[in-house]
Amino acid sequence: MNKTLLILRHEFLHTIKRRGFIIMTLIVPLVALLAMGVLQLISGIAEPPVAEEVTIGYVDKSGGFEGYTQQDKVNLVRFDTQDDATEALVEGDIKEYFVIPPDYISTGVVSRYTLEKQLEAPADIATAIRNFLLSNLLADKVPAATVDRVEAPLNLVTTRLTETGAIAPEQGGFGNFIIPVVFSLLLSLSIVFSSTYLLQGLGEEKENRLIEILLSSVSARQLLTGKVFGIGAAGLAQVVVWVISVPILLSLASSTFGGFISTIQLPANFLVLAVVYFILGYLLFAVLSAGIGAISSNTREGQQLIAIFTLSLFIPLWFMSLLMLFPNNPIWVVLTILPITAPVEVMIRLGVSDIPAWQLAASIAVLVLSIIGILLLTIKVFRTYLLMYGKRPKLGEIIRSLRSG
Amino acid sequence: MRVGEAASAMLAAEVNHIVKSYADKAVVNDLSFSVAQGEIFGLIGPNGAGKTTTIRMMMDIIKPDSGDVTILGEKLTEASKNKLGYLPEERGLYRKLTAIDSIIYLASLKGMDRHSAEEKANELLNHTGMLPHKKKRIEELSTGMRQVIQFLVAIIHDPELVILDEPFSGLDPVNTELVKRMFVDLRNQGKAVILSTHRMNEVEELCDRILMINNGRAVLHGNLTEIKSSYRSNSVLLDFKGELGEVPGVIDKRTHKGCVELVLDENTTPEQILERLVSTGIVINRFEVATPSLNEIFLKVVGKNHE
Repeated sequence: MNKTLLILRHEFLHTIKRRGFIIMTLIVPLVALLAMGVLQLISGIAEPPVAEEVTIGYVDKSGGFEGYTQQDKVNLVRFDTQDDATEALVEGDIKEYFVIPPDYISTGVVSRYTLEKQLEAPADIATAIRNFLLSNLLADKVPAATVDRVEAPLNLVTTRLTETGAIAPEQGGFGNFIIPVVFSLLLSLSIVFSSTYLLQGLGEEKENRLIEILLSSVSARQLLTGKVFGIGAAGLAQVVVWVISVPILLSLASSTFGGFISTIQLPANFLVLAVVYFILGYLLFAVLSAGIGAISSNTREGQQLIAIFTLSLFIPLWFMSLLMLFPNNPIWVVLTILPITAPVEVMIRLGVSDIPAWQLAASIAVLVLSIIGILLLTIKVFRTYLLMYGKRPKLGEIIRSLRSG
Repeated sequence: MRVGEAASAMLAAEVNHIVKSYADKAVVNDLSFSVAQGEIFGLIGPNGAGKTTTIRMMMDIIKPDSGDVTILGEKLTEASKNKLGYLPEERGLYRKLTAIDSIIYLASLKGMDRHSAEEKANELLNHTGMLPHKKKRIEELSTGMRQVIQFLVAIIHDPELVILDEPFSGLDPVNTELVKRMFVDLRNQGKAVILSTHRMNEVEELCDRILMINNGRAVLHGNLTEIKSSYRSNSVLLDFKGELGEVPGVIDKRTHKGCVELVLDENTTPEQILERLVSTGIVINRFEVATPSLNEIFLKVVGKNHE
């Protein structure tokens, strides 16, 4: 077997047998499951009234608000005076009450009284009060169907057309947004872990001097190529496990989420671009890790250095909400073309809007050129600095060794 | 001394005027030597003399600033790396890997196929008494055992040239003897062995030729027996019973543990002195021409510059 392939095979097997790797591969789907559970729990707590009927009181000082006292699950009871209402509230007969003042028609002010400490009125209560007021105001003046429409005037259905006027196969929206975001998160996690393994592996070989035996058998180029692709294959295998297991676990955990997943249509080019950017993104960080592994004096220092780059990888995720609000800002073009942010930025942008072909071409070209450039530099410094340990080369020395090769 | 004048006897290694400097300090300064096939060559010198740097340049791990190295008649290539065995000074293996897997992996990087690597590894482990430990992880083995594993890694692929940097450090006397026997076996199979060590006396019995270096420069180079005889002081060691009176030709007597060293004048040979001693009628238990140890020669050559 070719020596590069031997190293690739060894690094792949060595990586997937690592305890940390196995734990990470298992823990991500479990954390996703847990997060979904917590989310459901919170949303469950936030909307208890959906299940049970609630009685609230009101005092009508304006007059004319008598009908429509059953609003969905909210039952409205009229009180003559505010004192009666307060008494009922304290007794626990009603959950809260509101007062429609005499000048309501001109001001719109309604005072609400409750025993609970709240940020604002719960949405279902506010909707019930609003619809109660609306229905009473419009009663006998317009047809009942119009009242219904005034309560819910807009149900916007958007259809995206292609340039020829046909219905576009890919319609956009949140369903299409969630998968690119989840995928870019998985991609960044896997890139971070894989480059850490590469750094640790090199650090170990450097510290225990195994590197000398390896370099007496193979060239620096074979060693680096085998390592980068071997650990990369392990990282890819990890992502595959995640991509397969997360939806299965989620649909097992919650039927609503499972149904949601089945409605998602992925952009046709998304899968191709996802694979391309995973590979390019990983390669970029792998060659960076190898270069940093070569010049740093020990594993810990190397990890601190690579952290600068891995943090940059996550920049597009930090600004995701801004991207959703302002998808056409030129800053996203910069992040698309900048090699360190490109893999994640492109994934997220694909979920939000289209990316012009020239931007994708430029982004891939810059990524490929960066990878080749860093790889060449790394091979140059690799031999010199892998034998140094416990001593970090000064910047000037690195530049000198780059020149002399 | 020239070895291998015949065309068939290709040199195992040839080093020509190599120089390596770090931060303007020459660690190896204009070093030249050659190693023939079927010999054990000693690269000796004190700590920091430049031995390891020289070896790393021979293994193409670092490049010399100037000069060149030829291994088995050619510049070192990927293919010729398979014919080299190397035991570096500082030892390390993958801690989590088992002994047998470590050997097989590193042997496969020397071009062995898996099957024959495993077969040979079992054979060598058996030979060194390590077979019961083959499934243990490297981190579970003692320092000496790891060392034996690394030594096996250096020779498993049947290399033409084996370079061993401080091979005995960390080995117990039993394993030292075992490893020494294996060196001699390698030489007898026509392989070249380069032994690098700062413990000069340890390799005296093994080496055919030596290169002694100090501060990156060669201070002695050649056949060990010839070097020793040229540094021989004209004296004999004597262990006897009886009364030793004045012996003609002896200019000094030094008492050592268990024997007396007789320093001879320039015109007297050891043979003449033996005849004279026998004629005095004393009982001679031991009579030996005194040869200096490599350590003594080194100190003599380097003189006060050392230490």
